[in-house]
Amino acid sequence: MKIKSLILYCLISSIFLFSLVSIWKVLSTLQGIDLENFNFAIILTLGIGISLINLIVGDKFNKAIKSIIFAILFTFVDGYLVQLMPIWYNIGIFGILIFYSFKIDKYNQKNLDLDHSSQTVVFEFLTLFGIVLFSFVILFPFYMMIVTSFKTQAALLINPLDFSINFAQDIKELFKSYFVIFDTYKFGRYILISTFVSVGTVIVTLIFAIPAAYAVARLNFFGKNFLSTSILIIYMFPAIVLVIPLYTVFSQLGLRNNVGGLLIVYTATTLPVAIYMLQGYFKSIPKELEEAAIMDKLNWFGIIIKIILPLSIPAISSVALYVFMIAWNEFLFSLMFLDNPNSFTLSRAIQYLSGDAETPRQYLMAGSVVVTIPVLFIFVYFEKYLVSGLTAGSVKG
Amino acid sequence: MSDTLSKIEKRTAYILLLPAVFLVFSIILFPIFANVWISFKEVGLKDIRIPEPRAKKIVKSVKESPDKIKIIYKLRNSSLILDIRDVMFQDKIPKNTEPLNLDQRCKLKSLIINCNFGDWKAKYKENFQIILVNKSGTKIDKKEIKSIKPKLSGKSDNILLNTNFTLKNFKKVFFQNEFFDLLSTTFYYTFFGTVGSIVFGILAAQLVNQKFFGRTFMRSILLFPYVGPVVALAYTWELLLDPYSGTLNNLLLNFQVIQEPLNLLGQKYLTINFFGFDLKLRLALTTVIIFEIWRYFPLAFLFILARLQAVPKELYEAADVDGAGPLQKFISITLPQIIAVISILFMIRFIWNFNKFEDIFLLTGGASGTRTLPINVYEQGFTISDIGMGSAVSIVIVLLLLIFMFIYFRLLGRRADEN
Repeated sequence: MKIKSLILYCLISSIFLFSLVSIWKVLSTLQGIDLENFNFAIILTLGIGISLINLIVGDKFNKAIKSIIFAILFTFVDGYLVQLMPIWYNIGIFGILIFYSFKIDKYNQKNLDLDHSSQTVVFEFLTLFGIVLFSFVILFPFYMMIVTSFKTQAALLINPLDFSINFAQDIKELFKSYFVIFDTYKFGRYILISTFVSVGTVIVTLIFAIPAAYAVARLNFFGKNFLSTSILIIYMFPAIVLVIPLYTVFSQLGLRNNVGGLLIVYTATTLPVAIYMLQGYFKSIPKELEEAAIMDKLNWFGIIIKIILPLSIPAISSVALYVFMIAWNEFLFSLMFLDNPNSFTLSRAIQYLSGDAETPRQYLMAGSVVVTIPVLFIFVYFEKYLVSGLTAGSVKG
Repeated sequence: MSDTLSKIEKRTAYILLLPAVFLVFSIILFPIFANVWISFKEVGLKDIRIPEPRAKKIVKSVKESPDKIKIIYKLRNSSLILDIRDVMFQDKIPKNTEPLNLDQRCKLKSLIINCNFGDWKAKYKENFQIILVNKSGTKIDKKEIKSIKPKLSGKSDNILLNTNFTLKNFKKVFFQNEFFDLLSTTFYYTFFGTVGSIVFGILAAQLVNQKFFGRTFMRSILLFPYVGPVVALAYTWELLLDPYSGTLNNLLLNFQVIQEPLNLLGQKYLTINFFGFDLKLRLALTTVIIFEIWRYFPLAFLFILARLQAVPKELYEAADVDGAGPLQKFISITLPQIIAVISILFMIRFIWNFNKFEDIFLLTGGASGTRTLPINVYEQGFTISDIGMGSAVSIVIVLLLLIFMFIYFRLLGRRADEN
């Protein structure tokens, strides 16, 4: 057995154990448990001890029995350290230890002796570590957003670490922030406006983009190469450099505070990527189909409607979802163009809400949940289409 | 025959392209050129409203003479700063009525009153009055008169359309705007944001490319920060990082990691003692960069994962036979396979981070050392209300962008040549 592999195995596995236990402790603290120390040294020592015993015992014992013994041992020591914790906390620690023991079970004196065993150990534990850490770091803000929206102002001020939600209370009390933003702040209206603008943008963009993409993909005309390069270049120009001239012109034309104005701008900014994505797909459709259609005396309108459209439903769906997402999440233009609360989109409404320092934060978070849920729901449900849209269109963002 | 066919094809192509090209031209290209124009002008936010002659019509009955009626027009110039020339006024009067002692500036012609009010200075106001008499001596319908709206027109200088140009804005941009501070902040933000998101993207892609329970679920979760609305995410982070009631500071205090709460978004510098040296870290900027990495690493992840999944398995099997370790496999197989994607990603993300506005605006509003060029456009244009300056900063951004794009397309072209 290599000494280097042995040390690495002990250290990294116990650091992994420590991080798992620490995350559990953080989450428990947020449920109102009074923990003030991670006990780094003790848990690390325990982890090293357990991983060493695991090596020595090897497979003389049944895997399950071994895990349970480790878990009970650790839970008792940890329980003694933190003193008198609710039973669910200890069950969590027990679960973590079972998981950990199963993970270290595959290491024995033999495979620590192999070539690159130290690297393998590091890589495997880094993977586990990465999965846990990435999930935690990404999900935590979303978790906080939801929890805060169910709290009251007083509860938030008394103990910012208390993330527990009291489900025993009245539904009206629990969802109070949501009732308030819909009643007092007219969020129902903003949802309608946002939906109208986003769906409208999708429809108008597709109506403009499909013929243009077809022309770029199939027809020969003067300036074709120039056009397809400039689509990409135009797409790279950011909204911030368009804002001042558009603001000036829209003010003079009376298009500010007008949902229609917003729709035009969103359509124009998403058109290049929509054309770019669609033309790529149209090119992959076999030409023979259209040649047959031309024989049948179909004009270009007929070709697009009867041949191209039915064949490119997947591509059109990804463009549509992608455009919807951009329009739904868009903030800069809605900030610039809308200053009348009657024509706000959801994003703009939340920003307006936060502009008032008096606004309780749970309302802000309830609003954030309302704007986030639809887009995450659509994303999870249509992930396949959206991911291909994101990859193709991700020059933006 | 084929000649006419190609002509038809061309014409069809132009018809199909026209709507899209027109829209993109007017909403994207025109503003970019308009920026150049505006940036050479001294224009404030208040100057962009076109002055209009306005009239409010008030109808009153005249005491003891029901056949007469008094119409008062409250005339004014809507602008407080610009004059209006040659103001023309037009209003209709009902049948069988005629105006009494009509003002000299006005003429009556078949029930239409036309007036020439001449020039109105800025802030001009006048109460203009007409008394109508019914020729048949009966009562005049007030509602009918009220329902007719007067028409006014006038010529005014549109400050945006005249040809007075100045270099003042550019002088201010480069010499009075802490330009180099702005530029260095922007580059710092852009560079570290880009590199960070790519590094975490590689790590995440490497993770998800392995087999484990819940892998597809993990892939969805990793994309959440990228698909979520920026407004919601930025405010959540702001709440998370708040120095007093924020969860992060309270957790760190609770576990005694720090002794004093950190104002992560409101403090410009944090002094760290590092082996006896005092290092000054730009705290707020770093926090904003971390948010940036958190939000955009999913994109890098998605690109790199797609590339990783296309790497032939045989390469790794061959490496196993040769006895290569995981690190060696990563350096000699994975990295060369994804280096092309990384370079493209770097350029794209660099350009986009360079232009990022919303994230910083929502988190810090550009305060405590996080003012980048895009934030400055907004500040100049809408906080200080100097549209000309805002445009000048936009022009600087566009020029820098064009340089980046030139480099990007050169690199892209070279790569295409190599393949």
